[in-house]
Amino acid sequence: MKSIYQAAILILVVSGALLFLNAELNEGSKSGKNTITVYNWGEYIDPDLIKQFEEETGIKVIYETFDSNEAMMGKIEQGGTSYDITVPSEYMVEMMAEKNLLLPIDYSKVPNIKNIDPYFMDLPFDLGNKYSLPYFWGTVGIAYNPTLLEGQTFESWDNLWDPSLKQRVILVDSARETVGMSLNSLGYSLNSTDLDELREATDKLKSLSPNVKAVIGDEVTQLMVNNEAAVSLTWSGQAADMMYENEDIDYVVPEEGSNLWFDNIVIPRTAKNIDGAHAFINFMLDPEVAAQNADYVGYSTPNLTALNLMDPEVVEDERFYPDEETRSHLEVYKNLGLELLGVYNELFLEFKMDMR
Amino acid sequence: MNLMGRSPMKNNRLRSIYTVPYTVWILLFVLAPIALIVYYSFFDLTGNFTLANYRNFFTSVYLTLTISSFWYAFLITFFSLLIAYPTAYFLTKTKHKQLWLLLIIIPSWINLLLKTYAFIGLMGLYGPLNAFLEVIGIGKQQILFTDFSFVFVSVYIFIPFMILPIFNALDKLNPALIDAARDLGANGWTTFKRVIWPLTLNGVKSGVQVVFIPALSLFMITRLIAGNKVITLGTAIEQQFLVTQNWGMGSTIAVFLILFMFIIMLFTTGKERGATGNGKNRKAS
Repeated sequence: MKSIYQAAILILVVSGALLFLNAELNEGSKSGKNTITVYNWGEYIDPDLIKQFEEETGIKVIYETFDSNEAMMGKIEQGGTSYDITVPSEYMVEMMAEKNLLLPIDYSKVPNIKNIDPYFMDLPFDLGNKYSLPYFWGTVGIAYNPTLLEGQTFESWDNLWDPSLKQRVILVDSARETVGMSLNSLGYSLNSTDLDELREATDKLKSLSPNVKAVIGDEVTQLMVNNEAAVSLTWSGQAADMMYENEDIDYVVPEEGSNLWFDNIVIPRTAKNIDGAHAFINFMLDPEVAAQNADYVGYSTPNLTALNLMDPEVVEDERFYPDEETRSHLEVYKNLGLELLGVYNELFLEFKMDMR
Repeated sequence: MNLMGRSPMKNNRLRSIYTVPYTVWILLFVLAPIALIVYYSFFDLTGNFTLANYRNFFTSVYLTLTISSFWYAFLITFFSLLIAYPTAYFLTKTKHKQLWLLLIIIPSWINLLLKTYAFIGLMGLYGPLNAFLEVIGIGKQQILFTDFSFVFVSVYIFIPFMILPIFNALDKLNPALIDAARDLGANGWTTFKRVIWPLTLNGVKSGVQVVFIPALSLFMITRLIAGNKVITLGTAIEQQFLVTQNWGMGSTIAVFLILFMFIIMLFTTGKERGATGNGKNRKAS
């Protein structure tokens, strides 16, 4: 009995000390009062740039990360933390704007907007860029390792159905990407709202089952790097990560078309330091900063002036900076509404259950 | 008169004070969440009252899902029991049984996700398991992302929870009963079937409960180890809440999961009939 009391007291003392220490540390970081809280995807900024921003402006940055648009929106909706900046994908910008979760950007405070490629401005998900500015963009395509394959190439999505790929293809555990790929392979729009087209795409996806090794998430990077997997449906940035660690891997966007996506910097309604948020956006759009960030993160930057400062080999790489001709085959996701999102997910579930 | 009347009342009041933490806990963290789940299950995406979620559950996708969840939960429970029972029996026969038991329990202190990731490495094409298969001449096999890997890893995770209650039941078993059975001419198998098994059945039942019910709603392992080739009810609930944001449908699946659990509890909590209530032990308690 005595030892239980001792243990209990010890735990209380240690917890109390940790609580105190934690409060002290937080106090330290808030000393300047002028702080902003940035809520971004994991591995999506060069940490040196945060330091540089703090030194230049005197604004302290509290940095937090998320791993899905939906989880991020959940936290913003609850409003527990006063996030000043976050980075939703395009369909999520639309959804958050509908739910009144975003504050309009004051462009008089963001002169660096002139650096952004006009091609990436004024897009359907946020006409006139009322709430958002593009942060990074990319595509969905096929990452593959030619050294593990017997000459198989991927000009077309239909190549994934090749019998030589039995049990070798990894798909991404996301309904829009995977069902969208099947829709594209049939020549339909990946924003299709036609239930017959969706049914046809699901049936075609089911016929891919013998070739599917697994349907997983970010774990695919490690599997590809370790030569465990030969072919995967993935995002361009993830493919860039793979290629950085394993030089054999190549990335291609099949010619039928695919998804063109944008992650966008926005000021959520939870923002407390709105001037600080604008300063941060303007800082990130500075050509040198954007170039350094793109170099670190590996995704494609929409910052036209920054491209001139970057390694020409990277910028001219058609796989990550496709020309406008290729981009015209690509489609941006539309916010289909929760009803249809449910349909996509139910069909995807049907495919997953059919895989065995 | 006065004295006799006050004392039980005081007792009652004291007792009702003791029940306060329990009642508050049950209300806030058991009954209220269940009530909320049931409540949400009657609403569609636009927030209108509907029974459509329940109708949807009886479409082919979710029914197949339920059946396959049950099948895998059954497999996991079966293999856990198959390994756990002899292990527990063996443990009760060892000299330092508490130490051996501790060694089996310790891995369950390590984070589940960490162990799962370790298995991805172990079972990979270039992992030690495949290296071993190659050495003994079988050659490389696709182990990861199969039914086998899923059941194997799940059984590994659940085994301590199956061993504990069985070990306790076997440990409480009075050895004199086994001696008596043998003296009366029963052979080893009959002794097990007629004496040991019935007296430890309650341990087995609690073991089955703590394995089968969580196994029905496993979701992380289905993706990491089975590559989504195995889908459970847990996967579907996670998807409805996080991706589709259809809280109504997610809640409906959860309601059915709760119903299944009640049914399993009914089957596995029979009358007190086991080791503790029998024979010599009854006097002691």
